[in-house]
Amino acid sequence: MAEFFQHLINGISLGSIYALIAIGYSMVYGILQLINFAHGEVVMLGAVTGFFVAPLFGRPVHPSLGLFLSVLLISMVVCSIVGLLIERIAYRPLRKSPRINCLITAIGVSLFIQYFTQLDFIFGAIPQSYPELIERQIVFSIGGLEISNLQILVLGLSFSLMGILEFIVFRTKMGKAMRAVSESPEIASLLGIPVNRVIAFTFVLGSCLAAAAGTLVATMYPKVDALMGALLGLKAFVAAVLGGIGSISGAVLGGLLMGLAEEYTVGYLSSSFRDAIAFTILILILLVRPSGLLGTSRIEKV
Amino acid sequence: MKQLIQWGSFILVVAIFGWLLTEFVPDYYQTIIAICGINVILAVSLNLVNGFTGQFSMGHAGFMAVGAYMSATLSTLLLPALGFSGEMNVFTQNLLFFGVLIVSGLSAGLIGFLVGVPSLRLKGDYLAIVTLGFGEIIRTSILNIEAIGGARGFIGIPQWSNLYWVLGLSILSTVIIARVVTSIPGKQFMAVRDDETATTSIGLSTTRIKVRAFVLASFFAGVAGALFAHYYSYLNPSTFNFNYSFQIIAMVVLGGMGSLSGSVTAAILLTVLLEALRPLQDYTGVDLRMVIYSLVLIVLMLTRPQGIFGRSEVTDFFKKRRSRPHNA
Repeated sequence: MAEFFQHLINGISLGSIYALIAIGYSMVYGILQLINFAHGEVVMLGAVTGFFVAPLFGRPVHPSLGLFLSVLLISMVVCSIVGLLIERIAYRPLRKSPRINCLITAIGVSLFIQYFTQLDFIFGAIPQSYPELIERQIVFSIGGLEISNLQILVLGLSFSLMGILEFIVFRTKMGKAMRAVSESPEIASLLGIPVNRVIAFTFVLGSCLAAAAGTLVATMYPKVDALMGALLGLKAFVAAVLGGIGSISGAVLGGLLMGLAEEYTVGYLSSSFRDAIAFTILILILLVRPSGLLGTSRIEKV
Repeated sequence: MKQLIQWGSFILVVAIFGWLLTEFVPDYYQTIIAICGINVILAVSLNLVNGFTGQFSMGHAGFMAVGAYMSATLSTLLLPALGFSGEMNVFTQNLLFFGVLIVSGLSAGLIGFLVGVPSLRLKGDYLAIVTLGFGEIIRTSILNIEAIGGARGFIGIPQWSNLYWVLGLSILSTVIIARVVTSIPGKQFMAVRDDETATTSIGLSTTRIKVRAFVLASFFAGVAGALFAHYYSYLNPSTFNFNYSFQIIAMVVLGGMGSLSGSVTAAILLTVLLEALRPLQDYTGVDLRMVIYSLVLIVLMLTRPQGIFGRSEVTDFFKKRRSRPHNA
C-alpha cells in the first residue's frame, strides 16, 4: 500500500513537470496551430543554462533555496530570449505559409538546437552532472512512504507558476488579447490587437515555464544532456494532446495523468516500457477521442 | 516489342554501369554510391506520401528497419534451415535474394498497412507525431528481440547485395513510382493533397487512398532496407532511429515535395555532400551532418519552400509545351 502511494507522489511530481512543458505546447498550438517541436529543446537549454550559471555563484556550489531561485530566474531569462529568437527568426516569416512548412521548420529548429548544443565548444555530447542546487532531504516519512523536500519544491513551484499563468491569461489585458488571437488572428488584428506582439509574448511565457521545468528536472534527476529535451518534449506533447491541445487546464490534467501513467508502468510492469507508454497513450487517445479529454472539436465547414 | 526494348536497355545499362563501377572505382566510393542508391529508393518512396499525397510521415526509417530485419532473418536464419547454405551458384543466390527482397518489401508493406489504417485518419501534425511514435516503437521492439540480435545487432548476413542490385532497383523503383504517380490511383493521391474535402465529395475514400500510398511507400522502404542489410552484412537497431527518418525527409523537402527528379537529385546531392564533409567531423567532434541537415531545412523553408524542383520533373523540359495545371 505504501508503495502505491509512493508511486502516486512520484507520479504527481513528475507529472507536474510534464504539465509545465505541456502548457507551452498547448499555448503555442492554441494561437498558431503549430506543434512547436523546439519547445523540448528550450527545456533542455533551461537545464544547460543552470549547469553553466550555478558555478558562477561560487565554487563549490553551496546548495540553498536562494541559489536555486537565482539560477531559475536566469534560466527563465535566457530561455525567454531563445524562445523570442526562435519565433522571430523561424516562425514569424512563415505566418502565411502552409502548415506543413511551419512543421518542417519547427523540426529543423529542434534538431538544430539539439546538435548545435552537442558541439564541443558549446556543451558537448557527453552528459554532465547538474550541480546540486538544493540538498535532498526526506521531510516526511510514514510506514515506508517518503516525501522529499525536492518533491515538495517541484509541486509548490509548478502549481504557483500555473497559478500565475492562470492569472495572466484570464485576468490581464494581455491574456485577453492572447485568447482573442487564438480565437481568430484576423479579427483580433482588425480590432487593433498587435498580433505579432501577443504571439511573441506567448512564446516568452511558454519558454519561462519550460525553463522552470528544465531546472526542476535537472534538480530531481541531476543529469544534463543535449538530447534530454527531445523525449521530455515528446512526452509533454502527448500530455497536451491527452488533455486536449489548446486548453491550459487540459495540459495540466494531461501532464499529471502522463506522469502517473509512467510512474505506475515503471512500478508495476517494467521500466523498459517507460518511454513506450507515452506513444501508446497517444495512439489510443487519437483513435478514441482525438480532441483530448478537455478539448472541443471544431467542425470543419466547407 | 517496345517493352522488350525498354527492359533490354534497362538491363544493359545496369550491367554496363554496374560492371564499370565494380571494376574501376575504389571500394570507398562504391560504398558511397550504394548508399546513394539506397537513399534514392527511400527518398522517392517517401515522396509518394509526403509529396504526392500531402501527408507527413516521420517514421520511414522504421519501415526500412522492418524490411532490413525481415530480409536478414530470411537469409541468415530461415534459408539455411531449409537447406540453402554455404556455396551457391550465382543464379540460385540471386534468385533467392530476389525472393527475399520481395518478401521483406511485402512485410514492410503489411506493417505499413497496420500502422496506416489507424493513423491516416488523423490530419497533418498528428500524423507526423504518430508515425514518429510508430517508427520508435518498431525500433524499440527490434531492440528487445534477442533472436535477431537485440541491441548487439544482427551479424553474419550474407553479402548478396551489390552495386548491380542497388543500381537496378533504384532505377526500377523510381520508374515504378513515376508510373504510379501518373496513373489513376496516382492522380487520386494528388487529389487528396490538393483538396481533401473535394476528394471526399466526389465519392472517394481519402483514408483508403492515403493508406494505399503509405503501404506502397513502406514496401519500397522495406526493399531498401533489405538491400542495406545485404550490403553491409551487419544491422544495428540504432541505425534506424529518428535521425535517419529525418534525413530522408530533408532529401524529399530539398528536392521538392512532389518531384521525383528532385528526390533523386537531393538524395544523391546530400549523401555525397555530407560524405565529403566527414573530415570536418574531426574538428567538431560531433555528427555535423545533423546540424547541416537541419540548417538546410530551415533556410529552405524560409527562402524556397518548394525545394529545388518544386513539382516539376526533369522530363518536363523535354516535353512539348503542354499546359500543366498543377505546375505552379
